Formats: sequence, structure tokens, C-alpha cells
Amino acid sequence: MAKYIGLRLVQSIFVLFGLSLLIFSIARVVPGDPARAALGFLASQDQVQQMRVEMHLDKPFPVQYYYWIRNVMHGDLGKSSYTRRPVTTDLAQYIPATLELILFATLISLVFGQIMGILAGYFRNSWFDGLSRLVSYLGIATPSFVIAILLMFLFSQVFRLAPSVGRLPIMMQPPPTVTGFMVLDSLLAGQVKTALVALNHLLLPAFSLAVIHIAQEGRITRSSIVENLNKDYITMHRVHGIRTSRLVFKYLLRPSIIPTITVMGLDFAFLMSNAFLVELVYMWPGFSRYAVTTMLNKDLNAMVAVVVVMGVTFALVNLAVDIIISFLDPTIRIQRRGG
Amino acid sequence: MWQEKRADLAASFALRRRGLAKGWYKFSRNPLSVVGLVVLVVIVLATGLASYITPYPAHAGPYTNFKAAGQPPSWEHLFGTDRIGRDVFTRVIFGYRFSLLLGIVVLGLGVAPGVILGLIAGYHRGTWVETTIMRVTDVFLAVPPLVLALAITAMLTPSLLNEMFAIALLWWPWYCRLVFAVSSSMRNQFFIREAEFSGASEAHILFREMLPNCLAPILTKMTLDMGIVILLGASLSFVGLGAQPPTPCLGTMVADGAKRLPGEWWSTIFPALAIVLVILAFNLVGDGLRDVFAVEEV
Repeated sequence: MAKYIGLRLVQSIFVLFGLSLLIFSIARVVPGDPARAALGFLASQDQVQQMRVEMHLDKPFPVQYYYWIRNVMHGDLGKSSYTRRPVTTDLAQYIPATLELILFATLISLVFGQIMGILAGYFRNSWFDGLSRLVSYLGIATPSFVIAILLMFLFSQVFRLAPSVGRLPIMMQPPPTVTGFMVLDSLLAGQVKTALVALNHLLLPAFSLAVIHIAQEGRITRSSIVENLNKDYITMHRVHGIRTSRLVFKYLLRPSIIPTITVMGLDFAFLMSNAFLVELVYMWPGFSRYAVTTMLNKDLNAMVAVVVVMGVTFALVNLAVDIIISFLDPTIRIQRRGG
Repeated sequence: MWQEKRADLAASFALRRRGLAKGWYKFSRNPLSVVGLVVLVVIVLATGLASYITPYPAHAGPYTNFKAAGQPPSWEHLFGTDRIGRDVFTRVIFGYRFSLLLGIVVLGLGVAPGVILGLIAGYHRGTWVETTIMRVTDVFLAVPPLVLALAITAMLTPSLLNEMFAIALLWWPWYCRLVFAVSSSMRNQFFIREAEFSGASEAHILFREMLPNCLAPILTKMTLDMGIVILLGASLSFVGLGAQPPTPCLGTMVADGAKRLPGEWWSTIFPALAIVLVILAFNLVGDGLRDVFAVEEV
């Protein structure tokens, strides 16, 4: 077990090195002078030259990469030429907002996906099953920014049920930062009203992200339930007179746990990349909007950092999913222990 | 001799026709796939004849008419007009042109290298060749394609050409992985072994023996991928990193119109629905092909 996880860890580290090399080399190959970008247009030629030496731009490529990796290992991702602050400071400021959004979206998709899957599976071939199939078809074909715009248009602009911009109204005092999660921080500071307002702000962007995953997770749960519904052990429990609710939650849902967790791991990557679009629509001050802004301004240090951070997160999530599944699935657990 | 050959040829044609008929039967068993196919054909025809069938072909380019700006849908302007007075319907049809072009170019550039590398990795299963190829593939799959595509296009300065290039650069690993899975599983089958023993060259084994057996999943995946690539391209241009104005790009149109919600809803909702329609059509056709080829998972 430990050996397997160790192997996976080594593999991901190799992949991350490859990824950093790939993105770093593209950033160095493209036209444009990073030193000039860092200093702005007013800097003199001498200053730029000095900066080039400071940033090791005068050295050959492998040496540049070596210095860059060394700095990354020391927690230094360079300076953003757009915000003119260290990239790590920017990331620390913006990542919690995105994390809050993604975790909330995951929660929504899990809860609604399970409900939808159970209903569609138990009442298979009913109108609800048909509807859920239609939604999942549409969900795959609809870009998340289209969903975001449609939801914003309908629920914020036509029906005025929820706000569409940012995390809190400008007039409202944000709570002191502890976790960086607005809802949690407000509750920690005892400001229930702020927490509710923040939650309300969270609603539409999180739903925009979650819609696709509700549909997909629903389909997985459905197929698992349909597959098991006619099995002997279920019939036996029925004959023994076990209540339907208990039958569903205790016996029917269990086989779908592993595929659901696997898909949630994959979904996390999708949520993170779709957040790039949804945060733009809702002006959510998070990591993804920061990433897009730095991209539009050709801020190379920040862009490289963004890609590497995404790679690290993705690798960690995949690893976590592997570990969780190997604990949940007895066949894998025993196999690994034996082998 | 000659007559024999002719009979053979006729027989093989009959066989092929029967195969096609059978394929069509399987495809058309799902009415949704047929609907998808019809929608696709209509879209392809419309984009091909865009200059003739759209009411205002000039509006696809740099055209302004502020007098007609922001008009709601009417018989004159089916989808209304945008903020500088261009007909949204015309621009949606021309926008499809760029979406389809993007999909075709990306898959045209991306599939071949992926397939070739996948075949090589599958043939050399268990050697350093496979390890090298598949680990490099992992690197490209380590980050969601949208993020990498955004970063690469941004670094190369945003344009339609760079957008195509960036997405194509990200697309080969998926085919490499798919073809590797199929080809490595047939590596030790008799027909491959036999070809080896009879002294066939590696190129012959890769392209004449292995490749034909990989075609069904490749074709199915390409159809499904057209939808995904178009979605990705729309996302890139929505962010502002795709084709630059005045190119009529569906993603850009949605982004432009979104600034004028909820008042002029037509200039964003119609292009948005247009994107969904084309992606949905490709997905439905792809699902139909999956039924025809009995491909399980792509």
C-alpha cells in the first residue's frame, strides 16, 4: 500500500517537473523581454540590462531553468509584472476565494447528483429519468460560461433572486481573514448576516459550476442503482421486508461510492478550469480571474506559476482519490497488501 | 481470370454496401443520432453557403451602422442586431465557419502525431520507448487542457492561428493514450507475431496491421472531440484569447453581448445557444458512431 502510494508520488513529481519545463520553455521562447516587462516602458536601457542580469536572462536556457526551479523550491515564484507584487502574495490572496467556490460547487453537485441519480434509477424510464438524461446531454454540450450567463440572466437579472457580482456588496465590511473562506470567516467572527449575504453571493457561481457535474454524477449513481436493483441480494432484502429508504441508502447506494469518488476527482480538474470562465462572468475575485487577467496582460511569471499551481493541485487531488479508493475498495486493499 | 476478378470486385462492393447498410441501421436505431446528423448537415451547408444565404454578409466583417444598433429580434433581423448594428444571425452563421475550421485544423494537426506515437508505444510495449512516450504524454495531461491552452495562446499573442496551434499542441496526447491502449492489447496477438516472423517491416506492422484495428475508436473519438474542441475554442475566445475582432467568433460574441445584459439579451443568448447546438450535434453523432462500431469507452 505505502509502496504503491510512494510510486505514485514519485511519478507525479516527474510529471510536474516535465510540466514546469514545458511551460517555462514556452515562456522563454516567445518574443518579448521579461526584464522590460518587469520594469515597464519608462525604464532606461541600462536598468533593463541590469534587470536581465538579475533575472539570469543573460545566461543559457538550462541555467535559467535551474535558477527558476531553485527559487520555486524556496517558495519564490518571481514577481508579477502586472500587480508588481510577488506572485506568491497574489496567489495567497486569491486562491481561498476559488477554493471556497469549488468546494461549495462540489458539495452541491454531490448532494443534487445523488438525489437525481437515486430518483432516476429507482424510477427508471419514468419522465424524471428522461429529464435527467436530457439535462446530462445538455450539460456536456454547454460551455460553463454559457451556463453562467444564462443563470445570471435568469436568476439575477430577470427574477432578482441572487446577486451576480463579487463575494460581498461593496458597502459591506468583510470579516477578518482567518481561513479566507468568506462564509466561514463571517461565522467565526459571529456575523451571521454577513455569512448569509456571502452565501447568497456564492450561490449562482457555484451552481453554474456544478450543473454539469450534477448531471454526470447523477448518471453514474443511476446506472449503478439500475444495475443492482434486480440482483438477488436486493430481492432477498425486499422479501425480508426491509424499508425502501433503508434499501436505497444502505444497500443500493454503496456500490456507486467508488465510481462517484473517482469521477469527483476528475471533476475537480474540470471545476478548476471551468472556474476560469465562471469567475469572469461573476467577477469573482479568485485565482482563476487573477490567472486570466495576468494572461491577458502577458505576465509571464504569473502565468507559469498559475500552470504549475494547477498541475500540483491536480496531482494532489488524483493522489488523494487513489488513496481514498484503495481504502474503500476491499479488493484493491487486499490485492495491494498481498502484492 | 479477368471475369473472376470482376466477380470478386462486385462481391466486395456488395459486402461493403451491406456493411454500410448495417452501419446505418445501427446508427439510425437511436433517433437522437439522426437528429444530430441532420443538424450537422444543415450547419455545414449553411457555413459553406454563408455568403449566399445570410441576409447581410457584409456584417461578418468590420461593419458599423449605429442607427440600427441594439435592435431586438424581428423578421428583418432574426436574432436582432449587436451594439454596433450588425446582424447577429449573419454573424452566428459566419461564426460557425470559424468554429468548424478550428475543429478541423486542430484535429488535422493533432490526431496524426498522437496516433503514430501511440502505435509506436503500443508496439514497443514494456520498453524504454513506451515509457518515454507515455510519460511525456502524462506531462501534457497534467493540467486541464483549457488552462494550458489559455496560457500558451496568451504567451504567443492571441489570434485565431495561435489558438489553433495551442489546442493542437494539447490534443495529440489523448489520441496517443487511446491508440496505445488499443494497440498494446493486440501486441502479442497472432497476426502481429506472424507479420513479424514473416519479416514485415515495422512500418508495415504499425500502419497496415495495427492501425486498421484502431480506426473505429479513433473515428468515434474524433467526432466527439470536434464538440470538445469547439467548446474549448469558444471558451478561449470568450476570455478574449482567441480570434480577435472583427472576426465573427461565437465565444467573442457571447462575451461582447454579456456586457449588455439584460437589456439586449439577444446579442448574447442566441450565439450562446448556437454554440450549444453545434456541440450537442457532434456529441449525438459521436454517440451514434459509438453504437455502430460498438466502441465501449472513448
